[in-house]
Amino acid sequence: MAETMRRNFDVLVVGAGPAGLAAATSAARVGAKVGVVDDNPAVGGQIWRGEVSKATSDASNWAAKLHSLGVEVICGAQIVHHDIASRVLFAETRFALLEIRFSKLILATGARERLLPFPGWTLPNVMAAGGLQAMVKSGLPISGKRVVVAGSGPLLLAVAAYLRAHGAKVLAICEQASWNSLASFASGLLSHPGKLRQALILQRQLLGIPFWTNSWPVRALGREALERIIISRNGTQREISCDYLACGFHLVPNVELASLLGCALEGGCVRVDDAQQTSVAGVFCAGEPTGIGGLELALIEGQIAGIAAAGKSERLRELRGRRRKAQQFARRLEKAFKLRPELKTLPDSGTIVCRCEDVTHARLARHSSWRDAKNQTRCGMGPCQGRICGPATQFLFDWDPGSVRPPLFPTRVESLASVSYIAPAEHSQLTGERQ
Amino acid sequence: MSVRVYDAVVVGAGIVGAACADRLSREHLNVAIVDRGLVGGGATAAGMGHIVTMDDSEAQFALTRFSQQLWIELRPELPADVEYRQCGTLWVAADEPEMQEVIRKHRYYGERGVATSILTRMELAELEPKLRPDMAGALLVPEDAVIYPPCAARFVVARAEQHGAETFLGGTVERIDNGSVLLTNGTRFSAGIVVNAAGIAAPALTSTLDIKPRKGHLVITDRYPDFVRHQIVELGYLKSAHSVTADSVAFNVQPRATGQMLIGSSRQYGADHSQVDDIILSRMLRRAFEYIPGLARTSALRAWTGFRAATPDKLPLIGPWPEDRRLLLATGHEGLGITTSLGTAALLADHVVGRTPRIQPEPFLPARTFLEHVHA
Ligand SMILES: Cc1cc2nc3c(=O)[nH]c(=O)nc-3n(C[C@H](O)[C@H](O)[C@H](O)COP(=O)(O)OP(=O)(O)OC[C@H]3O[C@@H](n4cnc5c(N)ncnc54)[C@H](O)[C@@H]3O)c2cc1C
Ligand SMILES: Cc1cc2nc3c(=O)[nH]c(=O)nc-3n(C[C@H](O)[C@H](O)[C@H](O)COP(=O)(O)OP(=O)(O)OC[C@H]3O[C@@H](n4cnc5c(N)ncnc54)[C@H](O)[C@@H]3O)c2cc1C
Repeated sequence: MAETMRRNFDVLVVGAGPAGLAAATSAARVGAKVGVVDDNPAVGGQIWRGEVSKATSDASNWAAKLHSLGVEVICGAQIVHHDIASRVLFAETRFALLEIRFSKLILATGARERLLPFPGWTLPNVMAAGGLQAMVKSGLPISGKRVVVAGSGPLLLAVAAYLRAHGAKVLAICEQASWNSLASFASGLLSHPGKLRQALILQRQLLGIPFWTNSWPVRALGREALERIIISRNGTQREISCDYLACGFHLVPNVELASLLGCALEGGCVRVDDAQQTSVAGVFCAGEPTGIGGLELALIEGQIAGIAAAGKSERLRELRGRRRKAQQFARRLEKAFKLRPELKTLPDSGTIVCRCEDVTHARLARHSSWRDAKNQTRCGMGPCQGRICGPATQFLFDWDPGSVRPPLFPTRVESLASVSYIAPAEHSQLTGERQ
Repeated sequence: MSVRVYDAVVVGAGIVGAACADRLSREHLNVAIVDRGLVGGGATAAGMGHIVTMDDSEAQFALTRFSQQLWIELRPELPADVEYRQCGTLWVAADEPEMQEVIRKHRYYGERGVATSILTRMELAELEPKLRPDMAGALLVPEDAVIYPPCAARFVVARAEQHGAETFLGGTVERIDNGSVLLTNGTRFSAGIVVNAAGIAAPALTSTLDIKPRKGHLVITDRYPDFVRHQIVELGYLKSAHSVTADSVAFNVQPRATGQMLIGSSRQYGADHSQVDDIILSRMLRRAFEYIPGLARTSALRAWTGFRAATPDKLPLIGPWPEDRRLLLATGHEGLGITTSLGTAALLADHVVGRTPRIQPEPFLPARTFLEHVHA
């Protein structure tokens, strides 16, 4: 059986994206012994994925900061299980099980893309927008390829800019939101100079790429892989030949770990108080899981959580002021990119909704709830644990997501078998409690 | 307040209630099925779906075998999603004393008309190469099968509905009294007979029942087609199922039609929370590794728990309840309710129409526990 490694921290941070990095450095700066765990090979989260090796990048700057503050960074480790009553999380690496003890915990687990099913979306080369970006970052040649970027949210622009910079021919960006809602969002940027600057830079990078509002993919076509897509734009359909469709409908917060630990959710996000503390004492949450708010809010929330988790209060007043402002932006974001109901009618009866278990829309439509559908069709019970089809069916059928069961991610059976073998003393105490 | 009138009201749409409703509606009774949750969402959704003949006692053998034959009869009608697969059971003997048990079992089954075969160490290793090679041998029971229980329950309810049964979901039964069924939402049913098929919740409606929840854990893996080919159970399983007090674990692995595997099993009394208990879970998994070391490196997708409705004598309660002449019980199926649901429903229907049943009903009559109860 693989070995078990042990760690112990004052403050443990899960997630090394902007929120987690800010949290870890803030907590370490005020004297806490801090550890950061992330399932990626290096720090940076979604936005700075793969950038740590560059000499000057945000990710490498943060990595240097962590290093100088003595923060232990554990990458390539995924939190899969917990014993929250004993203040322990279990992480799995390729070779070992890690038992990580902590006094305070900060969840900075970020967000993922929302994928919505439409006919043909399972064809090869129809990809999640950020997913395609990540593949290009890890070496997929994109130069000269024709790409349509479609769906919803600011991520589409970032991905389009990135792909273009790497030689892709971006044929169009299709945003489902209406021009009106985007226009009021854009005018709101005037009160967020930082965002405005970013937007202007992006605009320059995207110069010449058609940006269509009121537009979304209705069908992807091709024999073995994607060849063409049909886009609905202002109510009329047009066909476009392309090599890739990069597609995502804004983001969904990763709340599964919080939920497994018993943290209360509200409107699909982790509920936190003024100090970013969740309903579970000693467990904090920062960044996208508390609501999709972008980089700036993630950084501020991370700092607040880090300072509060370390038991300090310096700078909290100032940070709270900045957080209020960034939250306004988050609310605008949510309003501007609200999904239109027409998207619910995209799948036809044969469209696969759950890719892990090959469950079609027609089979799901017969059921009354997520639980009923899971039971009868095993939708959401494959290796992705419903991370893709869960948010999709929530949108399509208004189903409430169910409870989260361990393990959080597919886990080697031997790791599950090792979990309780780690601290016999603690555990006998625990069973005493439970019986 | 309006009262809905039926010949029979079945409380519980688990596999047992579903089967009872189906049988009764095919006897031309006007049947209602009431469940507070989903069809097949209780223990039926948590269990393994092994259709197995067991020889814990003569009565258990008779009921499981009879039920298995009913499943075989039903098989041509089962839709694909019930995933009926006759994979057979391998009762694995770890050592020579257990091999003696294999021989005894072989004889016992044979004398009762069930063909089984004894496998030597070599034959076993060939059939199941992932098993540790130093097992002593095994008994193969070829007619045992596996199904996917929630879809089976749904199919059986649909069949009842085709015969006129009506299903009421989302309503909790608060009280059953002499043919009257009262729901917490105020709905009232009136029926010639009421079947309490509420599984572990049955005592909440029939208060003097001696049924205890017995917790079990299961783990499901990712897809590993052909990793194991039979439901494989250690012979020590019987010791585990027998023990009426201590927590126990036993090696039990099931190949699913999808190529996934279910790894079991554990038994615990007195655990009332449904959370996964890591200590039991790890004992259970380590037991499995002792038989199939390669399981350690497979990927687990989920772990969960379920509760079996256990009676003191390990036999289900099927038939009339002496305290209420309109009440029939169909509960207490412990770890065999998926298998024995069909036999239970047949016994119940035979009782209702006054037909001679195909197996002896007496060992299952609830009066047996009632008498003990009164005399105690
Ligand atoms: C696919 C994708 C691509 C994006 N690309 C851009 C972009 O190019 N530009 C831009 O401005 N914004 C981008 N965003 C938005 C950006 O992520 C947010 O604006 C913000 O930076 C989020 O920061 P965060 O720290 O909350 O989360 P994240 O950056 O998402 O960091 C969370 C980290 O936690 C890890 N994690 C989660 N659960 C576990 C677990 N159980 N165990 C171990 N580790 C875990 C994740 O792998 C991840 O590394 C992208 C978002 C997504 C989903
Ligand atoms: C881990 C495990 C493994 C198992 N493996 C196997 C196996 O391999 N083979 C096998 O044959 N058996 C197995 N079993 C046993 C089997 O799952 C059960 O015996 C069987 O599911 C019992 O069915 P049921 O219909 O009696 O109960 P349930 O499925 O629990 O149904 C009872 C129903 O009654 C409803 N209900 C309860 N109270 C009320 C009320 N007041 N009002 C309205 N509705 C109510 C509930 O909502 C529920 O749907 C296993 C069990 C477990 C826990």
